Amino acid sequence: MKLVKLIFKNALRHKLRASLTIVGIAIAVMSFGLLRTVVTAWNAGVASSAADRLITRQSVSFIFPLPYAYRDQIGKVPGVAKVTWFNWFGGVYKDKTQFFARMACDPETLFDVYPEFVMDAEQLAVFKKERNSCIIGSGLAQTYNLKVGDAMEMDGDIYPGKWQFVVRGIYKPRDKATDVTQMFFHWQYLDERIRRDDPSRAGNMGWFAVKVNDPTQSASVSEQIDALFKNSRAETKTETERAFQQGFVAASGAVLTAINVMSFVIIGIIMLVLGNTMIMSARERTREYAVLKTLGFSGGHLIMFIAGESLVISFLGAVIGLALLVPMVSNFEQVMPKGFFPVFYIEPSTWVIAAAAAMLVGVAAAIVPIQRALRTRIVDGLRFIG
Amino acid sequence: MAAISVTNVTKSYQRDKTSVPVLNDVSISVQQGEFLALMGPSGSGKTTLLNLIAGIDRPTSGSILVQGIDIATLGETALAKWRAQKVGFIFQFYNLIPVLSAFENVELPLMLTSLSKKERKQQVETALSVVGLADRMTHSPNQLSGGQQQRVAIARAIATDPDIIVADEPTGDLDKLSADEIMTLLERLNSEFGKTIVMVTHDPRAAERAKVVRHLDKGDLLAEEVRS
Repeated sequence: MKLVKLIFKNALRHKLRASLTIVGIAIAVMSFGLLRTVVTAWNAGVASSAADRLITRQSVSFIFPLPYAYRDQIGKVPGVAKVTWFNWFGGVYKDKTQFFARMACDPETLFDVYPEFVMDAEQLAVFKKERNSCIIGSGLAQTYNLKVGDAMEMDGDIYPGKWQFVVRGIYKPRDKATDVTQMFFHWQYLDERIRRDDPSRAGNMGWFAVKVNDPTQSASVSEQIDALFKNSRAETKTETERAFQQGFVAASGAVLTAINVMSFVIIGIIMLVLGNTMIMSARERTREYAVLKTLGFSGGHLIMFIAGESLVISFLGAVIGLALLVPMVSNFEQVMPKGFFPVFYIEPSTWVIAAAAAMLVGVAAAIVPIQRALRTRIVDGLRFIG
Repeated sequence: MAAISVTNVTKSYQRDKTSVPVLNDVSISVQQGEFLALMGPSGSGKTTLLNLIAGIDRPTSGSILVQGIDIATLGETALAKWRAQKVGFIFQFYNLIPVLSAFENVELPLMLTSLSKKERKQQVETALSVVGLADRMTHSPNQLSGGQQQRVAIARAIATDPDIIVADEPTGDLDKLSADEIMTLLERLNSEFGKTIVMVTHDPRAAERAKVVRHLDKGDLLAEEVRS
């Protein structure tokens, strides 16, 4: 027999109680992991921001357009490597619940500024040539079962009317943080139609994405860009892509804080649950600990027995909880409106934090029972009637 | 040299602000290979004296020499180690670990030794054979009768081959027949294996099997009664 065997046997001595505690920990670990994954997904845009990209938008609000003519002026600012631009299209695909980002872009420069979108060269060449073509992310293609050559029809809302597109390319992600649920089409296609239907809105774009040569010069380049358009009819605000994305996330700051707090409250709750279990089982075993001490087992042995027992329970709970996390996250993603979280995956750090939290809880829950077991004199322990 | 030499030992417990004396200036010697029964009414201090001899409690004053070692001066860790090597314990309620088999319970004190798995197995099998339970090794305590559990406890007490065995009311929870079996076993351990045994008992029939009987009353040790 090994002493570890005794730890395992003790941990599972009261099968119902141990099972309930393990299930409780598993649910808590799973919930913790899910909440952390939601927070990660919320921050995905920030996480995937490139250090060498700036966003130039209208200084008053993101929803006001900027003139096309700004493109060349921005491109001439020292330190600017490449400029591309976008228009938020909106629109409805199939029905209003089907949400994903649809944007007009410049096919010539998009991939220079966003190298994380990986595209087949042939598909890219076709996309560049065909005015009504579009490209979609691999996630989007999978969700709607779209392939190259398929047609996509949309009802415009910001830009009214029926819009016909043909999928000419499917981009893949360079890394896990890359959003693969977006659709891009020719800005020229959009602008031509606006020129015809609503000329007053023509020649405008939503924002510029600016690639800089040296990320350490971002602040200076931003200042220079904004200085160009100071006192113009459309002043600009240039900031790093990270700051731009953080601006979106900040709008939901209270919700995110609440989710974060909740995830740690859950850890607190499992600590109380396990602590309670450990205190009960250690109390019931007061006499046994006294017997072990009588037989010559030291305080160190008792610490090992009690902490080991607590860790076995928290470990089993963590393993089950983490095993359940994968299907849970997958199901959660399914029930969320499509495109709500463009990037939804369990970060490696979530696994580590959840497992570490469970183990920490295991250790913390054993502290009080250990203190009691060590403090109880053998003669008192032997007289104990549980 | 006496195996156990208790000299001018007093023991008192603190109850709130009051000091309650339990043993008053007790001195007693137990020779090597002796079988001593400590008797007396409840609260007379017999279990306290046994606990002091076994090193699971400390005297308020006085000295306790066991095979030449003043155990009152040992630190907790040293005392635990000493108990593991020198003393075998038998309790009234057996105090077996319910999740372990008879074999594993007997093996428990051997886990603190440097014996190999094979040597431990041999030792456990020998101890269980001595108490007549070689065929019940895999049984858990709840599959054994009270008498059998106490025999497993005795096997656990002798597994490390200690010089001294202390038994606190070893027959207190047993029927007459089982009690007789246990006492026969203790007698055998004393006579055949030369173990020094100190036993606390209320049971005069059990005390009759000891070589020496000492009575305690209100913390005082009374006159010696030696049997042939």
